[in-house]
Amino acid sequence: MFDFLDLERYDLLGAFWVTVQLTVYSAIGSLIWGTVLAAMRVSPVPLMRAFGTAYVNIMRNTPLTVIIVATSLGLWQTLGVTLAGGTFDDIGFRLAVLGFVAYTATFVCESIRSGINTVPVGQAEAARALGLSFTQVLRLIVLPQAFRAVVAPLANVLIALTKNTTVAATIGVSEAALLMKEMVENESQAIFLVFAVFAFGFILLTLPTGLLLGWVSKRVAVKR
Amino acid sequence: MSDLSVLYDAPGPRAKTRNILYTVLFVVVMALVVWWVLAIMADKGQLAGEKWLPFVEDSRVWTTFILPGLLNTLKAAALAILIALPFGVLLGVGRLSDHRWVRAPAGAVVEFFRAIPVLLLMLFANQAYAQFSDIDPETRPLFAVVTGLVLYNASVIAEVVRAGVLSLPYGQTDAAKAIGMRKGQTMSYVLLPQAVTVMLPALVSQLVVIVKDTALGGAMLGFPELLSRVQSITANYGANTIAAFTVVALIFVLVNFALTSVAHRLESRARRSRKGTGAVIGEDPGSDVAVPVIPEQPTGDGAAVKKGAD
Repeated sequence: MFDFLDLERYDLLGAFWVTVQLTVYSAIGSLIWGTVLAAMRVSPVPLMRAFGTAYVNIMRNTPLTVIIVATSLGLWQTLGVTLAGGTFDDIGFRLAVLGFVAYTATFVCESIRSGINTVPVGQAEAARALGLSFTQVLRLIVLPQAFRAVVAPLANVLIALTKNTTVAATIGVSEAALLMKEMVENESQAIFLVFAVFAFGFILLTLPTGLLLGWVSKRVAVKR
Repeated sequence: MSDLSVLYDAPGPRAKTRNILYTVLFVVVMALVVWWVLAIMADKGQLAGEKWLPFVEDSRVWTTFILPGLLNTLKAAALAILIALPFGVLLGVGRLSDHRWVRAPAGAVVEFFRAIPVLLLMLFANQAYAQFSDIDPETRPLFAVVTGLVLYNASVIAEVVRAGVLSLPYGQTDAAKAIGMRKGQTMSYVLLPQAVTVMLPALVSQLVVIVKDTALGGAMLGFPELLSRVQSITANYGANTIAAFTVVALIFVLVNFALTSVAHRLESRARRSRKGTGAVIGEDPGSDVAVPVIPEQPTGDGAAVKKGAD
């Protein structure tokens, strides 16, 4: 029944490994860039606030597919940006990560901003009364509490990111969705099984993430 | 802490100079980045007038490529939401059923399709239609895209419906029972109509997700929507890749921005409204999908559920 699953011919585990790598690198990158954006959006400097708002609104409303295809056709093929060169696969992978970071960071930013909203006003007021500056208020008082409140929303972002990595198939990064496209076309007698295998793979990736981070978010939540 | 100015004091003389310094630094950094990007673009000839002028001067770019593409995008999105809505309501109500044999399968279907990338659903639907149906290969991508979007979004809408019904005060169900309504009547005459106002913002936000996801069909299945027009434009107007992407992305942003503003307006209107419970299922700010967040039950009568406000 599972003879369509010719592991010599189809590198199933390798494809899912690429999916995992895309997810991990993009998650780290978008966490950093998203935090910076969130800090800009709440900063006292009006220009930074305006930039943060504009960036988030534009990126969130652009389809991820457009961003990813544009990194390949626009940045690479037209403008010759290869991000340190290398083989076709390496360049595609790094461009995809760049696109995912640019897109996912907006969702991270909005989560953190809503997390900042859950911190009681009194916390920031007390910090200011002690004479702390904006960066100190943010770094010592507000963000540590905000981060603990955003574990659950960030888990949703991470799960959405895991599923979104399939978009990298549009620029030929050899991850799970691209392999599935190849397999449903070649193994036409077993497309339901092929679909079931890939669906199972993604459930295997997203379900533990959700459960684990759900547990963490309960553990670290600030009791109020 | 909705008013974030609570994070810093009103700027004094020193803070003002510092803010100006930061502004200047930021402008310099931004200017450097912009200059660098423009330099690369100029180097590759992407700034040349003839690459951008067709979008202003030649109406055929719009009539032959962009507008038909946009029409296909909107068509797929409209079909997807119209078909997904009834399925979503059925699944959502099914998950709230008192009978386990209805609740469990509905829950399983919802959780399954929510956990799977929509691209996999589209690829599978495309191949399945190719093998098991005689849909014209010309229109097959549209069917595949809509099918994928419906399967995924019906399960998302199901969660929105469930959250909407659960956000209503329990007194509504009690009152319906007290006047002798049956369960089906309670749901269709009392709970669902009220839930609609609560869910509307989340549904409109989901429409944004649907519009964005149609682009996948263009890139992977050859569905002739807006994104796929980029290649036809660059083929006809002299490799103006950057210009074409800019215009296409801008159209997507405008469409989605309009939808988002509608969602925000609906949300604030529902919040202000005195008739409802004041509970609103807005978009989950951090997520790509509309909320599975179920607001807490209002405690005491008339207590509004405020999300994120503090």
